[in-house]
Amino acid sequence: MADVKKEHELIVTVSPHVRDEETTSRIMWSVSISLLPAVVMGAYFFGPRAVFTVALAIISALLSEYLFQKALKKKIAVNDGSAFLTGLLLGMNLPASVPFYIPIIGSFIAVIIAKQLFGGLGYNVFNPALIGRAFLLISFPRLMTIWTKPDAAFVMLDATTTATPLGILKEEGLSKLIEVFGDKINLYAELFNGHRAGSIGETSALALLIGAGFLLYKRYITWHVPASFLGTVAVLAWIFGGKSPETGKMLLFAGDPLIHLLSGGLMLGAFFMATDYVTCPSARKGQIVFGIGCGFLTMLIRLKGGYPEGVMFAILLMNCFAPLIDRGFKSKVFGALEKTKAREIKK
Amino acid sequence: MALATFKGGIHPPDKKDIAKGSAIKEAKSPQRVVIPLSQHIGAPCKPIVSIGKEVKKGEVIGEPGGFVSAPVHSSVSGKVIAIAEFPNAMGRMVNSVVIENDGKEEWTSLKDNPDYIKLSADELKEKVKAAGIVGMGGAAFPTLVKLSPPKEKPIDTIIINGTECEPYLTADYRLMLEKSSDIVEGLKILMRILGVNKGFIGIENNKPDAIEAMKQAVNKSPLPTFTKGGQGGIIEVCGLEVKYPQGAEKMLISALTGRKVPPRGLPMDVRVVVQNVGTALAVYEAARYGKPLIERVVTVTGEGIKNPANLMVKIGTLISDIVDECGGFKNSAGKVVSGGPMMGFALSTLDVPVTKGTSGILVIPEEGVVHTEEYGPCIRCGRCIDICPMGLMPSMLSILSEKGHYEDAKEYNLFDCFECGSCAFVCPSKRPIVQLVRLAKSQTKP
Repeated sequence: MADVKKEHELIVTVSPHVRDEETTSRIMWSVSISLLPAVVMGAYFFGPRAVFTVALAIISALLSEYLFQKALKKKIAVNDGSAFLTGLLLGMNLPASVPFYIPIIGSFIAVIIAKQLFGGLGYNVFNPALIGRAFLLISFPRLMTIWTKPDAAFVMLDATTTATPLGILKEEGLSKLIEVFGDKINLYAELFNGHRAGSIGETSALALLIGAGFLLYKRYITWHVPASFLGTVAVLAWIFGGKSPETGKMLLFAGDPLIHLLSGGLMLGAFFMATDYVTCPSARKGQIVFGIGCGFLTMLIRLKGGYPEGVMFAILLMNCFAPLIDRGFKSKVFGALEKTKAREIKK
Repeated sequence: MALATFKGGIHPPDKKDIAKGSAIKEAKSPQRVVIPLSQHIGAPCKPIVSIGKEVKKGEVIGEPGGFVSAPVHSSVSGKVIAIAEFPNAMGRMVNSVVIENDGKEEWTSLKDNPDYIKLSADELKEKVKAAGIVGMGGAAFPTLVKLSPPKEKPIDTIIINGTECEPYLTADYRLMLEKSSDIVEGLKILMRILGVNKGFIGIENNKPDAIEAMKQAVNKSPLPTFTKGGQGGIIEVCGLEVKYPQGAEKMLISALTGRKVPPRGLPMDVRVVVQNVGTALAVYEAARYGKPLIERVVTVTGEGIKNPANLMVKIGTLISDIVDECGGFKNSAGKVVSGGPMMGFALSTLDVPVTKGTSGILVIPEEGVVHTEEYGPCIRCGRCIDICPMGLMPSMLSILSEKGHYEDAKEYNLFDCFECGSCAFVCPSKRPIVQLVRLAKSQTKP
């Protein structure tokens, strides 16, 4: 009997004895990488200040996570990538011009309050980066709504400010928006490539779609949340987004869905934030309901609310419903309530 | 054309190349065998031999302890030297008969009866019962019970499970190549016993030569009618998509017939009986020769074994003997698994016997062992929900079990889980979902 001596060294675990290569940290780092094109575009349009803001948000997030885990003598899990991703997303959701303490405060709120105090990764109810941003928007409303013009990229200190396309659309109407951008085609083009005012990482639909394509291809996300989210926004924008040029009253079925799809933080939110595993429903059917809810609330805020943009609040509100949706859309057990089909027996 | 399959499932690397080329070889007859009196699901056997008794090969040494049970036979000729509790592959202590092999290989009586197919259904059933046949795919459910459905559950289809969806294992594959006609004969006997005209042989598509061999065997063999007044019998050999757990009864039935076994139900609820290819062979050998189930094919495989092989092993042979015969471990073994990598049991000692349900011995070298002692929190990615063949939410089951909310886990259909391990395979946080499910099952009642 060979190896009798070694027997006590045999490793005993419960099956299965083979595992897939995928790990949580690989997913987090992959999502972070998929955001790279949008960060690069942000840096291109808004200059070094944008890079500085994003980097500061990331560093603060990592530091917050590390210090919290150290203080509570928990296992240090900074390298799982989740804090990095939270910091990155928060940074991308800030205007480039914010003072240095804004990303620091935001990341602290995101990582400590929204994530760690709820029990850490996996237990948070709300998307941490969005909680961080919501806190900043409510506490520093002026700083959080100063938008530098993208062209003023390298004039850091006294960059010209402007309103975001959604802001112009809300306050002054579609014709003014088209006037600002020259013509309609140019408006679409600028919205698509990201040459417009907005948060650092949200402006370039093109860059975000490249990242989203990567995530969909690698199956890190599925179509369910983004498609239902974007689809709902498009339909509601088309139905309720139109205004009569003369009276300024709502004109049904006359809205421009494309402008709504390409503006604000919708692309960033629909593909990268609403799809956050922890805070959206896990079952696919529930995810569609979740996406529709996000789309509905976004348009409600954009068209009727006090803010020009509603993606952040929409996702946060739907986060509350995620556990409930999961309960309501439990996946169906194999063989339950299904008529047995006698495919071959009738032949 | 899309191949028949089921919804969900995973694609682990199949690793069958390691052992698939080795033809089935008779393993060395061991010096002694340790034959557990409980190798099956159901009541343990009562020993009917005493220490010192001389037994022949094929002699009954344990009688069934109930209806859901199966007799146990000696796999060697020799002398009973102990009847005591010995550990089995699952780590439980089981009453076992230890027999010293005299090397004479003397059989009780084996009679060739080439006209076996003319025997009545009851006579054939009696032979299956006497041979102690149990499901050889791993679960070891007594075959006689499957062949005795209650009157209100008529059977119209028998499926021979040749999927062998567990990675690494090639025992059934070799049997289908080398004993194809005998397996078909076994299926015909099963069809005769149950009076069924429709037979399927389901094989995963990564074994095209086995599919071809079985097709030829079916074509060569004329099929009588097994039902009164019905048309002639039909046996269909079907290729199936390569996907784990394609060989799980419910998944296989759904892929081949479109019928879905209701939750907590049995195949007989949809008029189907499923038997493994090894079982079909055992049924044939029992009907024709009266040969009891005293040996089986075991795949000895894995990156950590020197000479991988498919061995015909006598029941009761210690796994240490088999490992020795295959040249021992390459370096040091990290893990030795009885069965396949997805549902097999990791052994704490090699001094456990091969039983009727042992389909493989998998040696994983130290560097190949996946360490999962430190696992992360569930990030609710939903991968396990996507792939669960039973349509469960393993993520919720694992979270509820972890928190001790065992009763709540029942709301998430805890007892519908058959522990295939697909969820744990895909989990990016490497959570021990199967372990947590078993814990919850043990702490609550269905």
